[in-house]
Amino acid sequence: MNAADGQLAKPLLSLDKVTTYYAQMRILEGISLQVGAGELVCLLGGNASGKSTTLKTILGLVRPRAGRVLFAGEDVTAWPVPQRIANGVAIVPENRRLFGTMTVRENLELGAVLRDAGTYDADFERVYTLFPRLHERRDQLAGTLSGGEQQMVAMGRALMSRPRLLLMDEPSMGLSPALVQQNFRIIKEVHESGVAVLMVEQNATMALSIADRGYVLSTGEIVLSGSAAELLRSEDLKRAYLGR
Amino acid sequence: MSVEPKDPSIGVDEWVARSAQRAEYAPGWRGQAQRRWERIGWWPRLGIAALAGAAVPLLTVNDFQLQIGINALLLALLALGLNISVGWAGLLDLGFIAFYGFGAYGFALLSSNQLSTSGVHLPAYASVPIVMVGAACLGLMVGLPSRRLIGDYLAIITLFFGEAFVEFTNNVATNKLGGPNGIVAIDPYKAFGAQITTNKGYFYLLLILLVLTMAALHLLDTSRTGRAWRAVREDPLAAEMMTIPVNRVKLMAFSFGAVVAALAGTVFAAQQISVFPTDFDTTFLILIYAALILGGAGSIGGAVLGGLILSVTLDGFLRSPTQSGYLFYGVILLTLIVKLRPWWRLIAVVAGTAVFGLVVHAIVHAVSASAVAGGPQSSGWIADLVRNWVVVPRNPAAAGNVGFVLLLGLLIALVQVRGRWRTVLLVPTLYLSVCVWEGRLVTVPAITRQILIGAILIVMMNARPQGLLGSRRVEVV
Repeated sequence: MNAADGQLAKPLLSLDKVTTYYAQMRILEGISLQVGAGELVCLLGGNASGKSTTLKTILGLVRPRAGRVLFAGEDVTAWPVPQRIANGVAIVPENRRLFGTMTVRENLELGAVLRDAGTYDADFERVYTLFPRLHERRDQLAGTLSGGEQQMVAMGRALMSRPRLLLMDEPSMGLSPALVQQNFRIIKEVHESGVAVLMVEQNATMALSIADRGYVLSTGEIVLSGSAAELLRSEDLKRAYLGR
Repeated sequence: MSVEPKDPSIGVDEWVARSAQRAEYAPGWRGQAQRRWERIGWWPRLGIAALAGAAVPLLTVNDFQLQIGINALLLALLALGLNISVGWAGLLDLGFIAFYGFGAYGFALLSSNQLSTSGVHLPAYASVPIVMVGAACLGLMVGLPSRRLIGDYLAIITLFFGEAFVEFTNNVATNKLGGPNGIVAIDPYKAFGAQITTNKGYFYLLLILLVLTMAALHLLDTSRTGRAWRAVREDPLAAEMMTIPVNRVKLMAFSFGAVVAALAGTVFAAQQISVFPTDFDTTFLILIYAALILGGAGSIGGAVLGGLILSVTLDGFLRSPTQSGYLFYGVILLTLIVKLRPWWRLIAVVAGTAVFGLVVHAIVHAVSASAVAGGPQSSGWIADLVRNWVVVPRNPAAAGNVGFVLLLGLLIALVQVRGRWRTVLLVPTLYLSVCVWEGRLVTVPAITRQILIGAILIVMMNARPQGLLGSRRVEVV
């Protein structure tokens, strides 16, 4: 099978028929998806289609009732969150969720909390190179930053743990069009530095313009998948996305 | 810190940025003093404060005044302990007082003749570490519900624990714990071969313990653990996403707080030579909370300052009715001056109240002479000033109770009405509050003290919600 069908020879992350419930409510219905090393994959879908739950399942915040989560060849389905992050997954959460009364620098340090304090310098360098603005504002409280700057801190914080796979939950939520453009440029930059990215996004056209591949979710099932170029052309996308 | 936005700032909270800049470059001598104070490191600052504290017994103070100092230092130490779970980790722990009681009772049992039938009578240097380790374990156990419960629910569970402690010491194993009679004849503290028996000795002991605790907590605050606590307080879910072991961090906060409280408890027991269940009731817990809130939750200096101010105010200034009168009238006058603008409204209200009082007094006097026969129950120049102005009947207690309820009703009405009528209503409210104060409140100082502390806190929360030394919360949206 080829990559466009979503079956990779050796994926970094692979969900195998994952079914997730919140109590009695079924959110995900046997979804399977793959992300290859260094790939940029986007996960599209309307509201309540299970996008965020997919990310939570990958990170371990919720456990699937059936199916397996494989990361770098290992079955991580039963692993707790810290172990998965140590293994190379990081998330930029929805609404960013920064620690508002802490400085930018402290927020970044919290991203690397699993490692010894002496090993932070190279990561700071990398984050500050990607986001020079954060270097300017490193002693400012994160809660006093603008929305765009907060998004930078959230991304920087995730990168501090040296992830192999970066999960992003609606990175352009609440940002102006100009900032969304800038944001996607940075995501592309991060991706080009060798990090695989799985991105949940409402702005389908924009997301697909930088992605390698995409999946479309609808009420907990994957209804469409393929290369970004294919999806962009697809009439099915519009139908799946806008509802029937 | 550069807070001046250069390019068009999308969504920058300009107010926060500007106020931060104002604070950074506060003009005049205040800003200069603040900058200079901040430039010296934390430990010289702590040293200066400790030296100032050490100088207190050198002033001509008597034993009673030293006891006030000891109580103040104890409250400061307790506020520091509470600050760990409440201020830093954001866990509403209403059972905190039980850790204090555990420390006191633990020391009392181990270092007295209470358990001598089983051959246990340890010196202080052995029992204090044992009690502290025990408190750490107890803190872990009490903290366990915090794995699942947050906010109000955790508060309820821990409150049960605090109440259970009082019931336990009152009713269980009364031959050992002494029931309501408590434990008496407890050993004094022993340090470097010398027994501490004087108030001056305990003052210095507490001062040393307080400074050491402050230093240790400062190091803890700036450590990875301290940052983890604040992260959990800000957003537990985000903290978990950052791989912070949220549950372990919460338990640690409970445990550390318990150790500090137990340490305070051992000193309390040794200094009092006795412990009773009533020493650890909810009233005292509320006082610790009030100290922390007043000083500023989350700040070491704030917790200590709040404890000192509150304790000295309660024990020192509010002990005699006359002195609490100064505070009562002072708070009212200050609130009027701050809230009533422009100045002629202030004059009108004060003059109106004076005239209103004279008229009411004259009318009541004409109707029934016994209704004004009581006179002010306090003494001093304020009482002389209002003697022929307030209405206090011959039996002031019963009338005062009715007046107090009426006053509460008037206060509620005052909050509800708007505009001109509020100013009008203010006059009888002020008059009635003076009558109730002079006729009833001054005769029950124990209750009056609590009411005054409540009033101070309300005024404080309006003027500075973050407390004296706390930092303002910033909401992330």
